[in-house]
This record gives sequence, C-alpha cells and structure tokens, in this order.
Amino acid sequence: MARSVTTRRKIVYTVLAWGVGLLIFFPILWTILTSFKTEADAIAAPPKFLFFHWTLENYAVVQERSDYMRHLWNSIVIAGGSTLLGTVVAVPAAWSMAFVPSRRTKDILMWMLSTKMLPAVGVLYPIYLMFIQLGLLDTRTGLVIVMMLINLPIIIWMLFTYFREIPGEILEAARMDGATLRAEILYVLTPMALPGIASTILLNVILAWNEAFWTLNLTAANAGPLTAFIASYSSPEGLFFAKLSAASVMAFAPILVLGWFSQKQLVRGLTFGAVK
Amino acid sequence: MGRITLDKVTKKFGEVEVIPPLDLTIEDGEFVVFVGPSGCGKSTLLRLIAGLEDVSSGHIQIDGRDATEVPPAKRGLAMVFQSYALYPHMSVRKNIAFPLRMAGLSKDEQDKRVSGAAEVLNLTAYLDRRPGQLSGGQRQRVAIGRAIVREPAAFLFDEPLSNLDAALRVGMRLEISELHKRLETTMIYVTHDQVEAMTMADKIVVLRAGNIEQVGSPLELYQSPRNTFVAGFIGSPRMNLIEGAEAAKHDATTIGIRPEHIAISPTEGTWQGKVGVSEHLGSDTFFHVTGTGLADAITVRAGGEVSLRYGDTIYLTPEEGKLHRFDAKGLRI
Repeated sequence: MARSVTTRRKIVYTVLAWGVGLLIFFPILWTILTSFKTEADAIAAPPKFLFFHWTLENYAVVQERSDYMRHLWNSIVIAGGSTLLGTVVAVPAAWSMAFVPSRRTKDILMWMLSTKMLPAVGVLYPIYLMFIQLGLLDTRTGLVIVMMLINLPIIIWMLFTYFREIPGEILEAARMDGATLRAEILYVLTPMALPGIASTILLNVILAWNEAFWTLNLTAANAGPLTAFIASYSSPEGLFFAKLSAASVMAFAPILVLGWFSQKQLVRGLTFGAVK
Repeated sequence: MGRITLDKVTKKFGEVEVIPPLDLTIEDGEFVVFVGPSGCGKSTLLRLIAGLEDVSSGHIQIDGRDATEVPPAKRGLAMVFQSYALYPHMSVRKNIAFPLRMAGLSKDEQDKRVSGAAEVLNLTAYLDRRPGQLSGGQRQRVAIGRAIVREPAAFLFDEPLSNLDAALRVGMRLEISELHKRLETTMIYVTHDQVEAMTMADKIVVLRAGNIEQVGSPLELYQSPRNTFVAGFIGSPRMNLIEGAEAAKHDATTIGIRPEHIAISPTEGTWQGKVGVSEHLGSDTFFHVTGTGLADAITVRAGGEVSLRYGDTIYLTPEEGKLHRFDAKGLRI
C-alpha cells in the first residue's frame, strides 16, 4: 500500500533534509570561504561570512612555501598504487570465497573485517620499527604497501558481495566451454562484475587519499602526500587559519571532483545487490 | 563418439551420501533421460559426468578413457543449463563463439560454425543482440547453439525446459529430439517431468535417493515397472496402486492398474464406486472414483466425452492381463 504524503509534511521534510545537508556541508563551505580571507579576517570575531576582503594570496603563499605538485603526485601514487595492488590481490581472493567457499570462509571474512576494528595506533610501533629495518620509512613504496594492507579487507568484502550476485552457473558454463580459470575470471567474471569492481576501486582511492594516520606517521619530506601537506600548516606556535584552509582546499579538491563526477557509480556500487 | 561408463561412482557432500555406488553405461548416440523426484540426485549425477563436481569414489569413462580426474573443459562434453547461463555481456554471436574462442579456433572458422549453428536454430536474425533482449525460448536456443558448435562427444541437459511456458516447452521438446536425430550425438537429459522422459528418451534411468530404480526404454518402464516406485512415477495420470484383500486375491501385497486399463460401466463390473471429481481434457476424461473400498480414489480414463455426474454409481473392471503385481518389498512379481 502506498503511503499518502501530505504537502505540509513534504515541506517539513524538505526543509529538514536541506538543513541537515547544509549542516554536514558547512565545515567544507567554511574552509573554502576562509581560504579566500586574509589571516585577520579568518579569526575575526564575530566571524565574517561573505563580506570580507576576498584574496588569492593564501594560495600563492602555500604554493610558494611548499611543493603542492610533489604532494599531489605522492597522493596519486599512494592512493592509485595501493588500490590497484589491492584489487589484483582481492579479485582471486573474493573469487575463491564467493564461488568455492569452504566451511571456514565466513570466519575468514569476519577475521579480515576484525582487523579494521583494531585501533591503528596499536600496531604503529611494530610497523614503524619494521619500516626502519626494511628502509621503507618515508618512501612511496612503503606507503603503497601499508595502504594496500589496510584497505584489503574492504576491497575483498566489497568484491565478495558483488561476486556472490553473479550466478555460479554462468561460471560453470564457461568451464564447460573450455575456459581456463584465468579465462573464466578475465572474460566472464570481470566484465560481469565491472560496475562493482569500478565502485570498489573508486571508494578505495577515496579512502586511501583521505587516510591521515599512517601517512602522517610514516612519511616526512620525501613521500608525504596531501594529508601531510595540510598538516604542515597546523603549527604549534599559532595557527594560520587562512593558509591552512587554502592548503586543505587544494588537498581535497581533486577527490571532491572525482567523487562528484562518479557519485552515480558510487551509489550504484554501494547499493548493488541490495534489491534484485 | 560418446560412450559414457560410470563404474561404482559415489558422491558424498560432507557426511551425506547422495549417490551410493552406481553403475551405468550410456551407449554412443543414445538419448538417455535421468528422471526422478526433486532431490533424487539426478542433477548431481549429471554434474559428476560433466566434471563440475568431483566423484567421492569410482570411475567415469568417456570413450574408453578414464575421465574421473579430467577437468570439465577437457572432457569434450557440452552442457545446457536450466537457467541458460548465457554470458549477459556478450552478443548472441559471441556467446555461441565463446567455446570456439577458448579452443583457439581461427576467426574464419568461428564465424563459419556460428553461422551454421544459428541457421539450424533460427537465430541468424538475433546474432547481434544481447541475451537480455531475447525471449526465453530464444535464450534456450542460444544455449543449445553454444553447445552444438563445439561438436562435443555428448550433450548434457540439466532441466533445460523447466523455465519455459507449457506451449514453448512442447515445441522445444520436439526441437531437441529433432536435433538428436540429426546429430546422432549422445545426449543425457535431466528432468523431473516424466512426460518429457517418456516422449524424448531412448533409455530412461529412474532415480530415487541416488539409487537407480530401473533402466529401460520408455515402453519397458511403462509395461513392466520393476517396483511400485517406478510404477507410480512413470505414466500420467499415475498408476492406481491397491493393497489389502483385493491384492491378496492376486497373491500379491500390492496390485497396480493404470487408469487407461480400466473399463467403466453404469450397470456391472468388478468394483463398485461413486464418481468423484472428473477432469475433462476433450480427448480424454479422467474420473476419480471414490468409495470402492480399495484405495482413497481410483483414477480411470475414458476416451472422449463421457457424461457421468458427480455422485453417480459406477462399475469398474480392470483389463485382463494389465494388472501389475508387487510383493511385500514393492518388487514386481
């Protein structure tokens, strides 16, 4: 039975939804506005909303003081590399769990997820020492490996969910048609799971891009991505809010654009299989 | 060539034995139907032959070679699935060509064989469509096309018609039989529909709980069922099975008489009863006769239209020589 919705109720809900939406968006909006203010305007009380002296100076200073492009490149390499490596490892793992499950498959999935419940700082010390020993500290390679390991459970879980939606009979048909395991995954499974794989990749790029704990703790001048770039503007001697905001905007702009253009894909991917 | 031999094949899922030791030989070019109620192990048996499941013990031979450990791709068999299992992201042409592509055939050879199969199956006009744009019957034909281009040693069909509507099912049944006559390739066909089994098979294998109850031609099974299970399963409507004093008169624990082997009369006969529900098919009428004291209801077939009303008294006479007798174990005497 369809529920009847009165006009008044519609208006109330619309206003409420917009209110909540704006509340969530407000910090981002404020950061963007602050990045165009002078340092004095940025800390003015009462705060200035739109009527202040608009300036691009902060962007110029930030670009001059630190190498934005290098940090951007590091972010791209770390987010892209870890996601790619993770996907290559996760596709066969998810395949085996979805199509040839053992009695322990569920436990393994839960165990993998449980690693995400552990506070990251709990393993910081051993990983830090390992990185020193292996000479991986402040290297992009090291970060790619750590990010891949951190996001692997999520990639496997997501792919597992998508793969399970694919009827096993189709893969069996491929086997009967003479396909090797490689051909079965390459020509049948992957094209069929492509929407799912795409949204998994997208989500993991975003997660890796935004990750700050490991990137801040394991990098310094050399391999620091954009998170480290932002952090370098929060100084203990007093904050330069306008410059910090400009750095933040420069850091989140690329991922915001990516997210904006792929939101359809993301939503479809995240709700895939929820309803048949 | 497609002679398939199963030698003491068993299958266990965990502790549960779904196929107890089973021997079966399927001759080259035969159309064999595995039939039985759901859960009888017929699909499992087919999947064991296909190699999609591993046997727990025993051996499978295909054309004299031991294929027990051979992966499905290398057994030289083709399978048509209940859900068609077409590749949704490929055109009909690519679906049919897929096994050829996997076999590494040249593009020209692939095209030639695909066109040939499409012509046989009336699919030429649909070659560039995706499976999602086809009707159920067309999809089933694509699945068959994908199977025939490989020129396999044998075709395996796993309930291929159960997703089609009744009219289409009859049509496809004829098409598959026609295909078998033309290709003369071994076909193994799994169904729970005994009408499909009777109409298509050279040889029927009746299964129950993983055991073979009887193997024989459709008429052998119809005329001399080995036990009460086969007697009740083959034939539509099913055979009337009568126990008790009436059976004892014939020195049996159970007697069976098919609905078409009972004569009816309004005035005299061996058994007396009342007309219950009647089913009018036009060509035949089936009466469910109650109150005979023999069984809950006796089903009787009468040719054409017979006007008997609900509650009328009726006399039944079983045809001489058509009575089946079974002992206490349910085996034919």
